[in-house]
Amino acid sequence: MKNKFFTIYLVATLMLGITACEKRLDIVPLQSLPPEQGLATESDLGGMLIGAYDALQSTSSYGGDIQLMADLWANRAYLRFRGTFAGLLEIASVTTTSNLILKNNAWAASLWGNAYRTINTCNLVLSNLNLVTSSATTKSRIEAEALFIRGSLYFELARLYGKTWGDGNNATNLAVPLVLTPTPSQVSGLKDENYPARATVAAVYAQAIADLQKAATQLPNTNLHYATKAAAWGQLSRIALMQGDYATARDMANNAIADFEGRGIGLTPNFRDMFYTFINFGGVAPREYIFYMRVTTQDGTNGLNTYYGQTVGSIPGTAGRGDMDVQTAWVNRHNAADARRAFFIISNRRLTQKHLDRFGHVPVIRLAEMYLTRAEANFRLGTSVGAAPAADIKRIRDRVGLPEITAGALTLNNILLERDLELAFEGHYLHDRKRLREPMPGSTLANGPAWNSPRLVLPIPQRETDVNKNLVQNEGY
Amino acid sequence: MRKSILMGLCAFLFALGAVAQNATVTGKVVDEKGAPIAGASVLERGTKNGTNTGNDGSFSLKVKTGATLVISGVGFEARQLAATSNNLMIQLTPDVKSLSEVVVTGFGSQIKKDLTGNIARVKGKDIEFMPTPSVDAALQGKAAGVYVNSQSGKLGQAVSVRVRGSSSISAGSEPLYVVDGVPITTGSQSSYGGATNPLVDLNPNDIESIEVLKDASAGAIFGSRAANGVVLITTKKGKGGKTNVSLNVQTGNAQSSRRVPMLNSEQYAELLLEGAKYVDDFFGVPTNDPSSDTEFAKFWMNNQSFGLWGTDPKRTYEWQDVVFQKGQYRQVDLQMSGGNDKTKFFISGQYLDQGGIIIGNNLERMTARMNVDHKATDWLTIGLTTNFARSFNRRLPDDNAFSNPLQSVALMPMSPNIIPAGQPGAGLPTGTPPGNVNLPMYYNPQISIDYGRFTAESFRNFSTGYATIKLLPGLTFQSEFGMDIMSQQEEGYFQSQTVRNQTRAVRGLGSNRAVFITNYNTNNYFNFTKSAGKSDITATLGMQYQQSRNSSNFVEGLDFPSNSYQRIASAATISGGSSSQTDFRFLSYFLRTNYKYADKYLLSLSGRIDGSSRFGANNRYGFFPAVSAGWILSNEKFLSNFTPLSFLKFRASYGIVGNAEIGNFPQLALFTGGAGYAGVGGQAPSQIGNPDLKWETTRQFDIGFDFGFLNNRITGEIDYYNKRTENLLLRTNIPSSTGFNSVVRNLGSLENSGIEFVLNTQNLVGDLKWNTSLNVAFNRNRVTNISGQIIEGGIDRLPNRAMEGQPLGVFWGVEYAGVNPANGDAQFFRNLKNADGSLDRSILGNADFNQAQRVALGDPNPDVIAGVTNNFSYKGFDLSFQFNGVFGNQVSVYGMGQYSMANMIYEDNQTADQMNRWRKPGDITNVPQARYYLGNGNQPSSRFIVDGSFVRLRTVNFGYNLPANIVKKAKLERVRLYVSALNLLTFTNNYPLWDPEVNADSFDSNIAKGNDFYTPPQPKTILFGINIGF
Repeated sequence: MKNKFFTIYLVATLMLGITACEKRLDIVPLQSLPPEQGLATESDLGGMLIGAYDALQSTSSYGGDIQLMADLWANRAYLRFRGTFAGLLEIASVTTTSNLILKNNAWAASLWGNAYRTINTCNLVLSNLNLVTSSATTKSRIEAEALFIRGSLYFELARLYGKTWGDGNNATNLAVPLVLTPTPSQVSGLKDENYPARATVAAVYAQAIADLQKAATQLPNTNLHYATKAAAWGQLSRIALMQGDYATARDMANNAIADFEGRGIGLTPNFRDMFYTFINFGGVAPREYIFYMRVTTQDGTNGLNTYYGQTVGSIPGTAGRGDMDVQTAWVNRHNAADARRAFFIISNRRLTQKHLDRFGHVPVIRLAEMYLTRAEANFRLGTSVGAAPAADIKRIRDRVGLPEITAGALTLNNILLERDLELAFEGHYLHDRKRLREPMPGSTLANGPAWNSPRLVLPIPQRETDVNKNLVQNEGY
Repeated sequence: MRKSILMGLCAFLFALGAVAQNATVTGKVVDEKGAPIAGASVLERGTKNGTNTGNDGSFSLKVKTGATLVISGVGFEARQLAATSNNLMIQLTPDVKSLSEVVVTGFGSQIKKDLTGNIARVKGKDIEFMPTPSVDAALQGKAAGVYVNSQSGKLGQAVSVRVRGSSSISAGSEPLYVVDGVPITTGSQSSYGGATNPLVDLNPNDIESIEVLKDASAGAIFGSRAANGVVLITTKKGKGGKTNVSLNVQTGNAQSSRRVPMLNSEQYAELLLEGAKYVDDFFGVPTNDPSSDTEFAKFWMNNQSFGLWGTDPKRTYEWQDVVFQKGQYRQVDLQMSGGNDKTKFFISGQYLDQGGIIIGNNLERMTARMNVDHKATDWLTIGLTTNFARSFNRRLPDDNAFSNPLQSVALMPMSPNIIPAGQPGAGLPTGTPPGNVNLPMYYNPQISIDYGRFTAESFRNFSTGYATIKLLPGLTFQSEFGMDIMSQQEEGYFQSQTVRNQTRAVRGLGSNRAVFITNYNTNNYFNFTKSAGKSDITATLGMQYQQSRNSSNFVEGLDFPSNSYQRIASAATISGGSSSQTDFRFLSYFLRTNYKYADKYLLSLSGRIDGSSRFGANNRYGFFPAVSAGWILSNEKFLSNFTPLSFLKFRASYGIVGNAEIGNFPQLALFTGGAGYAGVGGQAPSQIGNPDLKWETTRQFDIGFDFGFLNNRITGEIDYYNKRTENLLLRTNIPSSTGFNSVVRNLGSLENSGIEFVLNTQNLVGDLKWNTSLNVAFNRNRVTNISGQIIEGGIDRLPNRAMEGQPLGVFWGVEYAGVNPANGDAQFFRNLKNADGSLDRSILGNADFNQAQRVALGDPNPDVIAGVTNNFSYKGFDLSFQFNGVFGNQVSVYGMGQYSMANMIYEDNQTADQMNRWRKPGDITNVPQARYYLGNGNQPSSRFIVDGSFVRLRTVNFGYNLPANIVKKAKLERVRLYVSALNLLTFTNNYPLWDPEVNADSFDSNIAKGNDFYTPPQPKTILFGINIGF
């Protein structure tokens, strides 16, 4: 009797277990969402756009590495790398006779990967704009911000992984793959087009220009710390400079200046106040910044601080590996009275003070660059759009305590030297050498590779050529 | 009825004893075939009165009337009988104890001689009181085919266990651990300093036995979770009768097993200046020019030594003396067991306090256990096993952190460890404010020990309750409900002094993370046994359901009022916070039947259906069957006359098992939040979905013999296996221009095959006893197909790779071709494939490194693992020692080598062997010319791949049992004094760093094994102990 009862009870329990438990296998993650849930409303799309800024802020992109490359590369005579990251040492040690950068250079790989991760997020935003229902203005702004980020990255990729604009045939020189649609969310959706070949330098520049022009039209003048019209104009002026299109460079820079001046914003009076943004200003960005990557104590890393910075006992809040030793030769390029000449600190090495602040923002474009670009372009074209070149250069020199150079005495070299010193260690040096067809310094100011040396083009990451047979490796690698 | 007869008999014997005085008994001792046994011992029970049998097996002994004789012979089961008459004919049966052992099989048990699957059994006694905090580390060298690598000498750190090789590339490769029926949480819950080992929460001394299910037949009952093997842990149960109390106390200390010789200050300066001169000459800068590298090097050595180098260039500071310490070890164990016919109990408690061999590392553990079994009625037995544990681990940072104490070997030897007198901060560790925080060259790790701490405190409860119901004769139902609750809190605080390393700790940095894991499991199954004629059948049918939830939260704060405030309540800035949760569930049904005919023929069928929340919607359930058969040849007539042979069984098995350790939700396309920017929340795509995703399938074939010779004085096993894993859950690469790096697909296959050999012998018997057990396993691992995928892990640029035709995790890089005697250049083999498939072995100079093709440079998987244990005993003394060996694997030292074994490319101190660098044309050496900050041989190449084979004297245990009469006087049962040692000796093939049993925690993955990155060595521990039985 007892046994029978138990048997029935137990078998019933087992059976119940079967039916009751089966449904319990259907569980969903809580921190992550399937795409259909994650991208269903306008605010979801806004979150995706923020995700694109977050990716852009990565230390592999505008959080640091993009800028770092331009000052580190083949520049040993001015800026000695004293760190132990072999990948950066390779880039820093490039001379006419040095070893090549290795194909599996980790910085070359992460910069590429992160840029495309950001671009895919932008593409997702751009292909889901129909979710924006609140207003046409919002929709137009969101589109423009995504285009700004995508266009900026294609420009950076083209000039790091492709030959310089004008070095041979832009229409056949290869840059990077152009990916303009979001990657499918399911593995079954991956097709041949997800294994793209490299587009030409001309095609990638054209895409960057198209993206940024549309962005410039649709972006607002002010937009918190996000992309603005002036930021898009700034990028367009950089592209035009690389292309040697001085009229466009001048006009775009002038647009940005006019926009800022129209709102009463000029250069930040004290050069020093453009930096130490957290230590001295609690995170308030200098008004001169046109576009920057915002770092807070909770979010974001200043990747330039990592290498350029160092913990300086007398300045709490400083940090960094102290890898970038500025050489006397660079300091000597400054006039003795130049406030920028004093903007170094000696702490085992000579470090620039621009990136000592652990939580400092990372500048991408600031107004001074626009003045310098406008001055150079006006000078070359013999025009005075916005202002005369001498007036623009005066603003820059006034701020650092240097005497005026009169219009009659001003030379192109004056303007270019001013540009080098003002924008030093902010990601311009290599690209300026390339567009000016000047060699990099190398280790002795004599053995630097020429502007069009294959040694000044990053290798296509070996990981990518391994996995995507449609990619052709760069010359020399 | 029978009972009363027995009682009557006893009474009769008693009466006899009362009247009789002395008598002489004679007899003959024979084996089961009637042959005389010489040298058997015949003893009057409870006395010392005894004799041995002669060559004809006969004996004669004077005993008290009514005495009981105890007859024992080597290789036979002892027998007792009343000394009732003369001319006793005493037949002894062979001792098949090792074969009649009961082996736990999962949802049941089986007698070892009837097994048809391959299960390795390790008795709790064999790992008792070993100074390894976790049971997995204690298994090293004890079970054939189970490769245990302790990875690091940090306490409480994850241990890598591979059963019959690695059978997965992207999914988990650790075995499933089941404690008293509950699959427990074994994944690391660490957020700092490498993976930890949750098995630390289980007191190894509570373990009765460990069974490792190795082949598919044994494992199929665990279905999709058995491909990496299953480790069944059974805790001790109470034994009825007198209450036994045992107290064990052991104490001692641990030290590093080795120091690495580094350059002294003079050698260092010589090498650095030589490299600087080369560079100056190369760039045409006079060495005395202020901008020359030579001048910089001199400046630097003075700068780094507070100017002391200039005055005393010989003064050397040995940084290893600062970071290694003698770790104190203390452990107390108390165990009680007892009970009566109805209720039995086992109670234990432990306190362990173990100091690390590296400064700042400590592990403390307290455990309490109670296991109770109660026979409520003749049809119902119930029981509960429950365990509470608290472990507290003061942890070290991961290997790839400047604050890893061992990284201090890279510091310049002229850099003082303590700020010299007259300097700001004099007397403090160098780099401590108010001293210059940028001295020494790299962060001084001692600052993080003195002014920071990171601790993990874990509370753990393993419990299982069960009820066994006898339904019918031969049919029982068992219901088990178990849980494994883990609550862990990690607490970190870094004072402002650590700011150079913890760059946000300007005014202190505090963090606190809590993880709470609830893991419930229920097993409900029927066991059926029936004997009919010559047939014996057993069957098991049941279900298992498991659900596990992991929820965690985290908070981090900055800006404390002062270093005295170390809780986040005082932080002015809350710089980080998070909470998250993830779940997995399994629902399974299983069936197993064993059939035995005539004690000769064995057949077993088993299968399991597994459903899991981890599998894609299109493949939710999998079926895992296995079949095995055995033939006990020694029970056949044709072998019965072959006397040396006492047991021989042939067995074979084939089955399919799976691997479901693929993390939670790998099948879904996902967006992930947490992509915020400047205070606004954001999301981004994080994973491409695959609704077809399912388990990995492993098909395993096993064939083997179990044998016993000379009355089982020699026993052993030989097995051959072949394990093919298909539908690998592969993280396949896709172009990162998609915005993703990989997608998880079921793609590809790999194979493990090998031979295992186990031999146990009783070499000497009698007063001096000596027995030996040996296990050797050969495993060959090959990735057979991954569709051309390139899957890498490990250290950047000299990675471990999964490659077709190669063992998993081969080191993939350029082959070093030594040094050009003419110019000191590092050279490399081109290794480009020629048209005919051969390799172009031409040699490239240092500058053409990019032209050299990468090849497989070494294999982190051992070819052979072996363990041998010898036990001796003589009267009260006992001695046991175990060697274990690992052979045929390579280790990459590139992690540290690229800085410190690279002929002084940077300012990192170098290993002493770098003094052999090339200096002038004609020098024949393997170390290239020193070239300061110009790469010459520091590139990733086979220069940094070394032999990882080693043999270790793993344990030594020497004990003495105090004589019984002394012990009795103290009213004790047993007193044993002992000395034990762990890792006393290690023999390597010129391994250049600390310890070849290594795997850097910063890079660890399935693929990334065998990397040394300033990884702490295994401790050499020596303990003194006393064990007292009451």
